Amino acid sequence: MATIPVVSKKSIWYGGAEPFKASYGKLMMWFFLLSDALTFSGLLVTYAFSRFSHPKYNGDIENFTFSPEYWPIPERVFTHIPFFHVDAPLVFVGIMTFILIMSSVTMVLAVEAGHRMDKQGVMKWMFWTILGGIAFLSCQAWEWTIFITGIDGKMATLYSNPYGPTLFANLFFTITGFHGTHVLSGVIINIIVFYNTGIGIYEKIGHYEMVEKVGLYWHFVDLVWVFVFTFFYLV
Amino acid sequence: MAVVEAHTQHLSSGQAHAHDEHHDHHDLPWIRKYIFSEDHKIIAKQYLFTGIFWAIVGGAMSLIFRLQLGFPEADISWLKPLLGKWITPEGKLDQEFYLALVTMHGTIMVFFVLTAGLSGTFSNYLIPLQVGARDMASGFLNMLSYWFFFLSSVLMFISIFIPTGPAGGGWTIYPPLSALPQAISGSGAGMTLWLISMAIFIVSLLLGGLNYITTVINLRTVGMTFWRMPLTIWAFFITAIIGVLSFPVLFAAALLLIFDRSLDTSFFLSDIYMQGQALHYKGGSPLLFQHLFWFLGHPEVYIVLLPALGITSEIISTCSRKPIFGYTAMVYSIIGIAFLSFIVWAHHMFVSGMNPFLGSIFMILTLIIAVPSAVKSFNYIATLWRGNIIFTPAMLFSIGLVSFFISGGLTGLILGNSAADIQLHDTYFVVAHFHIVMGTASFFGMLAGVYHWFPKMFGRMMDERLGYIHFWLTFIGAYCVFFPMHYIGIAGFPRRYYLFSSFDAFKTFTELDAFISMAAIFTVSVQFIFLFNFFYSIFRGRRAPQNPWKSNTLEWTAPINPGHGNWPGEIPHVYRWAYDYSKPGAADDYIPQNIPFSQTPESNLPHEKDEE
Repeated sequence: MATIPVVSKKSIWYGGAEPFKASYGKLMMWFFLLSDALTFSGLLVTYAFSRFSHPKYNGDIENFTFSPEYWPIPERVFTHIPFFHVDAPLVFVGIMTFILIMSSVTMVLAVEAGHRMDKQGVMKWMFWTILGGIAFLSCQAWEWTIFITGIDGKMATLYSNPYGPTLFANLFFTITGFHGTHVLSGVIINIIVFYNTGIGIYEKIGHYEMVEKVGLYWHFVDLVWVFVFTFFYLV
Repeated sequence: MAVVEAHTQHLSSGQAHAHDEHHDHHDLPWIRKYIFSEDHKIIAKQYLFTGIFWAIVGGAMSLIFRLQLGFPEADISWLKPLLGKWITPEGKLDQEFYLALVTMHGTIMVFFVLTAGLSGTFSNYLIPLQVGARDMASGFLNMLSYWFFFLSSVLMFISIFIPTGPAGGGWTIYPPLSALPQAISGSGAGMTLWLISMAIFIVSLLLGGLNYITTVINLRTVGMTFWRMPLTIWAFFITAIIGVLSFPVLFAAALLLIFDRSLDTSFFLSDIYMQGQALHYKGGSPLLFQHLFWFLGHPEVYIVLLPALGITSEIISTCSRKPIFGYTAMVYSIIGIAFLSFIVWAHHMFVSGMNPFLGSIFMILTLIIAVPSAVKSFNYIATLWRGNIIFTPAMLFSIGLVSFFISGGLTGLILGNSAADIQLHDTYFVVAHFHIVMGTASFFGMLAGVYHWFPKMFGRMMDERLGYIHFWLTFIGAYCVFFPMHYIGIAGFPRRYYLFSSFDAFKTFTELDAFISMAAIFTVSVQFIFLFNFFYSIFRGRRAPQNPWKSNTLEWTAPINPGHGNWPGEIPHVYRWAYDYSKPGAADDYIPQNIPFSQTPESNLPHEKDEE
């Protein structure tokens, strides 16, 4: 860089610099996430549009019964938790959400360990992140199984479902499935990064930026889940 | 991974040692150098050749359906060797294949030629060369971008040849027509291939776009501030941002449509009877698809147009030997157009059953786009005014673009009006409008770009005389095709109709329709002049000098045939904007961006004296 003339009075926007103090790889990840956010927005807008074009249930929540005439109340749909035959509305999905958010925390710790060039630390926290991701996916598999099993022997399919309008199940499968695909690919990428850390690739390069990049993706997947969770379970 | 990282470091900081480090690239095997290349210049040429191929296919399709529209009585069984069973035994064009042809013509021209062919070629070629970078930020993703595009091209091409024919529901693929395979034969396997091809296309566009954006932000050479970037780069940069933000929504829509088609979901379908049978779909809305589609579809118009406008800005300024008029205004109008493009989509849906009140809001927003567009047109004309104009073929095509941009833009003001649209919607008036303002204008921008940067791309000059002939014939031909379409549009001719001669109301326009068809055949034929010129000049053209157009931008400081890494020594630094043409006091009528102010004391303006 010695050949470059003195440009100290100029800002970082002067060229020959990284104005956001981020490498191109990180910038690409940010713009990719913006793009992906719009894909999810498209799907969630579809959810909102479909939901508002159906009548809502107006009666008391105690007397609620499933009917294709109106949109179901999520608290009456998602009431199961594994191994316990109790009526526990939204408890299981709460656990799922907690697991995913905790895996974001461990990802933060992995990134932080990377800043300290602590290979063992990165390995440890990446491991927990991967485990959290797999746990979330397993929970989702169980959630889907229960959802598909349906009630009173009536299964939920893409044709019909016992909970409410066809679109309720369509959207459930599509949006949680699309999110689950993102989690799955995140887990796979995390495993690759975990492996690369293990064989010392990032140590050799001299920085753990790759961990930061997959970290950005992982946090994004978490953030999207917060929206999916809000749309499907809370409102 | 290590290779990639080393490459990064090299790109961001290693300007001084570039030459040494790049020696190893010369030893790449042939296939990595010319086929699976990571060099932006090779990738740009790959996009260009693929784009030209698709332009020929799309153009040929338009000729076939223009034959049908202009000469419905004619016997076209001579096309049987080409079209096979799509020619009926009576020697007529199959009606469903007609629909497939207009669909594929639209899809190919909009996405494969004017998006991938235009942005893919010129963003790839010019961004690194004009901002002063060795290559794109990620050469590998750039290569993937092209090969995803190639794969999507292959699938789309295959769909033309399958027994049920390619997609036939119009390039906008509105459900329920596109969602139900039993609706028309074009909604069968052809539609499936269309959707898969487009999904892959979106991946390609995303990878390309991410590269364009990050290269412009991170890899500008020293001194290349945003406000010194050529307008080409501004246009490509903003275009890439629009693409990255709008195409994912089409991806979502395509995904849902794929589910509707293949998994029996009901996102876009409800209460449909077919041959007396009720289908099971319930609760969906086709209007929703239109919203999702046009949220992409309208920005897509500007994805097609903005690069052409950027190219034109550069060429008009260079060949007028004058600074571009209102550089800052040009940049802000690009940004303004880009912003507005996201909030006007529903003007495509005025008669779709949308709330009319919403229509009036979208009408106002749509008409606001006329403001930045008018700023741009005004600035082009003001740049030309009293310029020392040099009519190169590129310049002629650029001026042609301005002409089409204005004449097509004016009809946009009429169509943007939600009341007028009730009459004009889905008529040939719309067809004329968008073919002029977005089709022909962008096509002219692309041709201008090819003529202008051909010497840089291939180290040889294209033949000017053939260029002039090509321009005048194309310019006159294109107006002859699209101008009469306004009249038949006002007369009420609907789009996408196979035959008009059975309607009494349209009888008086039969000759006009035939005239349009003849003009279309003429215009497409004269493109062979270009093709000949292009391919002949690659091999036999006059050798290009270093800076044939006496242009200011950085690409002309690179060697005539730039190798991998673009500049053999250090990357040039930039000291001034790209438009110091005919600066008072200067010895020559252009001062390239890499000339410091200290070398030009005679022409420096007062505020530039500080920078000497």
